[in-house]
Amino acid sequence: MITTKSFRLLFLTLVPVAIIAASGDIDSSKSTLTATFKQEGVSVENPFKKFSGHIAYDAANVAASTAMIEVETASFDMGGEDYNAEVRKKAWFDSAAFPKAIFKSTSIKADGVSKFTASGPLTIKGKSINTSVPVSVQSSAAGTAFDGTIVISRAAFGIGDPAWNDVLDDKVTVHFHFINVK
Amino acid sequence: MSTVPTTSQPDRYSGTAISLHWVIAALIICAFALGWSMTDLAVSPLKLRMFNWHKWVGITVLLLAIARLVWRLTHRPPAALPVPVWQRIAAQVVHGALYVLLFLQPLSGWVYSNAAGYQVVYLGVLPLPNLVAKNKEVAEILMERHEFLGWCLFVLVSLHALAALKHHFVDGDATLKRMWFKS
Repeated sequence: MITTKSFRLLFLTLVPVAIIAASGDIDSSKSTLTATFKQEGVSVENPFKKFSGHIAYDAANVAASTAMIEVETASFDMGGEDYNAEVRKKAWFDSAAFPKAIFKSTSIKADGVSKFTASGPLTIKGKSINTSVPVSVQSSAAGTAFDGTIVISRAAFGIGDPAWNDVLDDKVTVHFHFINVK
Repeated sequence: MSTVPTTSQPDRYSGTAISLHWVIAALIICAFALGWSMTDLAVSPLKLRMFNWHKWVGITVLLLAIARLVWRLTHRPPAALPVPVWQRIAAQVVHGALYVLLFLQPLSGWVYSNAAGYQVVYLGVLPLPNLVAKNKEVAEILMERHEFLGWCLFVLVSLHALAALKHHFVDGDATLKRMWFKS
């Protein structure tokens, strides 16, 4: 028999699930987010395994759209645990103190058909820098895809041990391919 | 030195062959020393540099191996010295295996690097094509193969060097002298 209490419990557990799967949320199983750094001329691309976000895209009124992305800095996977552990250290992402890198749009403007620029603070390692992100949009049966690339300065966010600066470029290119839950 | 040969076959290797032999030998020792010491290092800029040096040395060996093979195929080596048949066969087997590894070992390192997600950029400026796509499982297998071939090369180079030293110091023949620079 379903008591009122258990019904309430059921309701409480269902509500967050409904929120997670809301339209506009990023389907992280289909989306990708990578960072490409360059060491002694060699470009190396590696993925962030855990991120989430919400892109409320309104094609009819692009300016009313919003975007918010949260990335777990500890989920950067360089293909080896020793390197992954290095990147989580204080000098790099300092994932213990700053588990998340966040981008939150404050304004979005259309750049023609299926293109927009999202502007807002990008916060990494507790430091916020206003960033403009050009995004292209493509809708299909699978959902709406948002693709783009931004270049970030490690130094601007205080990411990296200076001892590495001779072998590692300051600029890091971030590629994203986000697909919204239908 | 030895008597004037009756045929056109020279009694010693050409200056080019000798230079290629010793430059490649020195590079193999460098690549082996780097490869052996860099893998156990903790993550550091030095480790990363050593990996790059190792790759550049390996690619240099590959380029010189091509030059060497071309030279060998277009120039007559000196006639075989009078040694027991088993020694001549053993020497030919080791020489053949060394030639194969001069190509195979740099190539196996190249594909391993690609599978691990690292393009090889020769001397930090010349990007070489990726031979395989990034794949963690493939990379692990290739890493083991590359390491195994490295030890094969170590054993063969050791045998080759020990045999040369034995011929020089014990037998007192020209095996080593004809591969050494003219004094």
